[in-house]
Amino acid sequence: MIGNWLDIGPVDQIAPGNARTLPVRGGAEIAVFHTLDGNFYALVNACPHKQGPLSQGIVHGTVVTCPLHNWNISLKTGEALGDDKGCVPTIPLKVDAGRIYLLREAVVGRRAA
Amino acid sequence: MNAPMSFEGAARPAGTRERLVVIGNGMAGCRAVEEILARDPARYAVTIFGAEPRVNYNRIMLSPVLAGEKTFDDIVINTAAWYQDNGIALVAGDPVVAIDREKQVVIAQSGRSEPYDRLLIATGSDPFIIPVPGHDLAGVVTFRDLDDVERMLAAAEKGAPDGGKGRAVVIGGGLLGLEAAHGLSLRGMQVTVVHLMPTLMERQLDEAAGWLLKAELERRGQTILTGGDTGEILGEGGHVTAVRLKDGRELPADIVVMAVGIRPATGLAKAAGLDVERGILVDDHMVTSDPAVLAVGECVQHRGACYGLVAPLWDMCRALADHATGAPSGYAGSVTSTKLKVSGIDLFSAGDFSGGDGAEDIVMRDAARGVYKRVVVKENRLVGAVLYGDTADGSWYFDLLKKGEDISDIREALIFGQAFASGGALADPNAAVAALSDDAEICGCNGVSKGAIVQTIREGACSLDAVRSQCKASASCGSCTGLVESLLALTLGDDVQSGPKSVCKCTSFTHDDVRRLIVEKELRAIPQILQELHWTTPDGCASCRPALNYYLLCAWPGEYEDDQKSRFVNERMHANIQKDGTYSVVPRMWGGITSPKDLRAIADVVEKYDAPMVKVTGGQRLDIFGIRKEDLPAVWADLNAAGMVSGHAYGKSLRTVKTCVGSEWCRFGTQDSTGLGVKIERMTWGSWMPHKFKIAVSGCPRNCAEATIKDFGVVCVDSGYELHVGGNGGIKVRATDLLCKVATEAEAMDVCAAFIQLYREQAHYLERTAPWIERVGLDHVKAGLFDTPDAVTRLAARFRHSQQFMQDDPWAKRAAGEDAELHQHLAEVRPLEFVS
Ligand code: SRM
Ligand SMILES: Cc1cc2nc3c(=O)[nH]c(=O)nc-3n(C[C@H](O)[C@H](O)[C@H](O)COP(=O)(O)OP(=O)(O)OC[C@H]3O[C@@H](n4cnc5c(N)ncnc54)[C@H](O)[C@@H]3O)c2cc1C
Ligand code: SF4
Ligand code: FES
Repeated sequence: MIGNWLDIGPVDQIAPGNARTLPVRGGAEIAVFHTLDGNFYALVNACPHKQGPLSQGIVHGTVVTCPLHNWNISLKTGEALGDDKGCVPTIPLKVDAGRIYLLREAVVGRRAA
Repeated sequence: MNAPMSFEGAARPAGTRERLVVIGNGMAGCRAVEEILARDPARYAVTIFGAEPRVNYNRIMLSPVLAGEKTFDDIVINTAAWYQDNGIALVAGDPVVAIDREKQVVIAQSGRSEPYDRLLIATGSDPFIIPVPGHDLAGVVTFRDLDDVERMLAAAEKGAPDGGKGRAVVIGGGLLGLEAAHGLSLRGMQVTVVHLMPTLMERQLDEAAGWLLKAELERRGQTILTGGDTGEILGEGGHVTAVRLKDGRELPADIVVMAVGIRPATGLAKAAGLDVERGILVDDHMVTSDPAVLAVGECVQHRGACYGLVAPLWDMCRALADHATGAPSGYAGSVTSTKLKVSGIDLFSAGDFSGGDGAEDIVMRDAARGVYKRVVVKENRLVGAVLYGDTADGSWYFDLLKKGEDISDIREALIFGQAFASGGALADPNAAVAALSDDAEICGCNGVSKGAIVQTIREGACSLDAVRSQCKASASCGSCTGLVESLLALTLGDDVQSGPKSVCKCTSFTHDDVRRLIVEKELRAIPQILQELHWTTPDGCASCRPALNYYLLCAWPGEYEDDQKSRFVNERMHANIQKDGTYSVVPRMWGGITSPKDLRAIADVVEKYDAPMVKVTGGQRLDIFGIRKEDLPAVWADLNAAGMVSGHAYGKSLRTVKTCVGSEWCRFGTQDSTGLGVKIERMTWGSWMPHKFKIAVSGCPRNCAEATIKDFGVVCVDSGYELHVGGNGGIKVRATDLLCKVATEAEAMDVCAAFIQLYREQAHYLERTAPWIERVGLDHVKAGLFDTPDAVTRLAARFRHSQQFMQDDPWAKRAAGEDAELHQHLAEVRPLEFVS
């Protein structure tokens, strides 16, 4: 993918099965997830249901269960799974030489609601 | 240092051929030359420079050489005769130090220069060395070439200074590190592997397979420290003596092997002005930014990817040779697979097994054989596979994966492997079971044959549970559950009855099964349960993980290490999450009693952290609202300083012990209800339970503390204490049942401890005492407590034993810095327009 990539630090800052947050001045906070398979994903840290902080949910497979009302959200597409409907924006992410990068445009281009 | 050696090829009609110079006498460099020779042996006059003072050998076989399974001679690919016969000049032990692209010559360390018409760079990779203090001490080695192997063998030979076994620390639990560890341990060294991540080979394996691998290596005597971060390498007299981890642990070492990763060797290319990113940039014909210069192997970056395995190099070499001999074909990138070369451990992984949308996991676990298999299917195509314990089908899966074949026809039998899936009729697992003879043994644990099971089903057992109880098939380890289910389906068709509810969709076992098997089979970790009990998902789900974590905590107090990532947010953060993502903090107020000092500390916190609200709860204490996750540790530090601990208002654990004023003040009070409440709270706080647990102590039957809607309630009377259980004031109100009456406080406390322990050991996760008692019956509870004379004493003793490990204030640890990352942001992004 072409674009500017924002280096947000080494992969070992996030233990597998966990997520951490990245507040954006003037924009929406981002949650960066590390799955038990060793993959990384980034989403806007707000559940499509009622803006629950997805970073605080339990991560299983490539799904996070929202801590507020247990919606299951796909880390790959941001889509609510099962019978629930809704979608949270995903942030393009890549890992290179042990560091995590987010697509800059997607990070700063997004204004808080 | 070995002297440079070189031998010129025999007859070489110089001048007639184009001059091809190769830098790197490794796997890719030589293979490229072989491929070119196979196409057009007369086209080039070839000179190969190699930094290593030896002929070309199979680098991947260094692991078996280290392990003593092969000698160097066994792994040589091209002998000196090959170079001679093919007219190749090998300059070994003399690395190239510069490329002059203008003049088209390379210059070697010895000063020798060699002109070229075409240049091929195949310099491979350099091992990455973590720049911690002490990384340059003697005895710190990498694992890349034969010299490294010789250094390791020398260390193993020498042993420890005191004459004992030599001690090796391997930093890095990836493929290379584990192969080094294996070899060194076969060579008699005591080996410790330090790995930064929580599971081994995390880039190739999922959690389940990583855990199996770790367990096996530990069984073989290696020490595996996952989550270990190297801080420093210590030495004496210039030689390594130990590795110190960042958490302070010190590991004595006579040799340290750094195997934390590789970096493409691009120095020469960069200095020569070629385009380089992570690797040397090449196109589909392995041509660099200079048309006269080709590059191949681990040193290149092709379509954004760098490779660290040989299979892609073979594909690259083919494309390179096609191009170099005038018949360009093009290389389109490779899908890779990994195998670990540790004897006796079969492990295979390929493709993308991160699962996710549209992707479906098919998992098969055979605990008896130590097998774990997982294939990931997406849109009817195989996209990933992890195999542990049985890799016979690895190449078949890899083939399906690379070809992207439609697997819908063999979907059902895919996980059973090629033999099953290509067996036509057998592709349906039910058909495979139908084909078994009547005396085929289905349940190995209890020796039950297919015929016996079918007979049991015909006699009326129409559910899995009924089969289990009537003929014991699948009642023990459960690995034949799938087969028994097939037999049920074959014999009864649609009349099969489903059994009691399983824990979740990941398993067919019920909560009771799982609790029983954890104890019977001594299962001590979540991945072990998933494996031994044949979970059908790779890492469980948000329902089963917290349940298993609790069951393990309850079964192995003091031994089991709590798995934080299996905990619901409130229990991970030790505070209650609010609708706006902030948290509420409730310090414990023992028995509802407070003091000016406590109140002052709470008031100070409310002001200092600008908490928008502080409220008296229904549980007789104060709740501070609107605290941000970053401020939690500081809030706790302040409350700790005033002597207050966590109130666990967030936990599946003891919440509050509500009391009334009792005999000390109240004109009707019969006993010291406040005092008893405080004692009970001191005894029970911190305990993890299947669900939240509330207690109350009322001083007389007027019952001002509402003891008869609590999980455990005490109503004081003149002659002693009435003990009530199973009350609930929540969604569905249930008044307590009277359990018994006792005469003394001590007895009341013992029965309380025993009742809690019985509940902890028997109830299902997320089942409060009220529904538990409704399900099992009050008589069952009474029998468990009172039928054998010392049951109360024994249960209470088990409860108190486990409390030794539970009663440390989680807030104090966080305030002291534990798990700090849970409270901190990664970073903050401030776009330019917001920087003032
Ligand atoms: C703070 C408090 C309300 C208050 O302002 O008084 C409260 C607040 C919550 N209660 Fe409660 N309950 C509070 C006393 C009660 C009581 C009264 C009591 O304990 O005497 C009850 C009824 C008694 C009982 O539990 O039997 C009560 C029955 C519930 C229930 C229903 C439980 C049930 O088994 O039916 C839930 C839902 C659940 O647990 O699944 C619940 C769940 C909750 C949660 C945790 C909702 C949630 O999941 O986020 C609320 C958390 C708010 C927060 O951030 O602190 N709360 N809740 C009380 C805290 C008591 C404490 O000091 O720890
Ligand atoms: C112990 C071990 C086990 C492995 N196991 C496996 C496995 O099981 N499966 C798998 O697929 N892969 C495995 N690999 C990886 C595999 O060996 C490499 O992918 C492969 O060797 C890369 O080939 P290459 O030619 O690019 O690099 P190399 O084989 O490293 O060859 C590069 C050569 O270039 C030389 N060189 C570098 N700079 C210069 C210079 N300036 N002048 C002259 N010469 C120079 C180097 O000395 C080296 O000999 C393993 C590697 C190791 C070390
Ligand atoms: S009664 Fe409902 S709204 Fe009120 S605190 Fe309890 S859970 Fe929240
Ligand atoms: S806010 Fe996420 S499920 Fe309700």
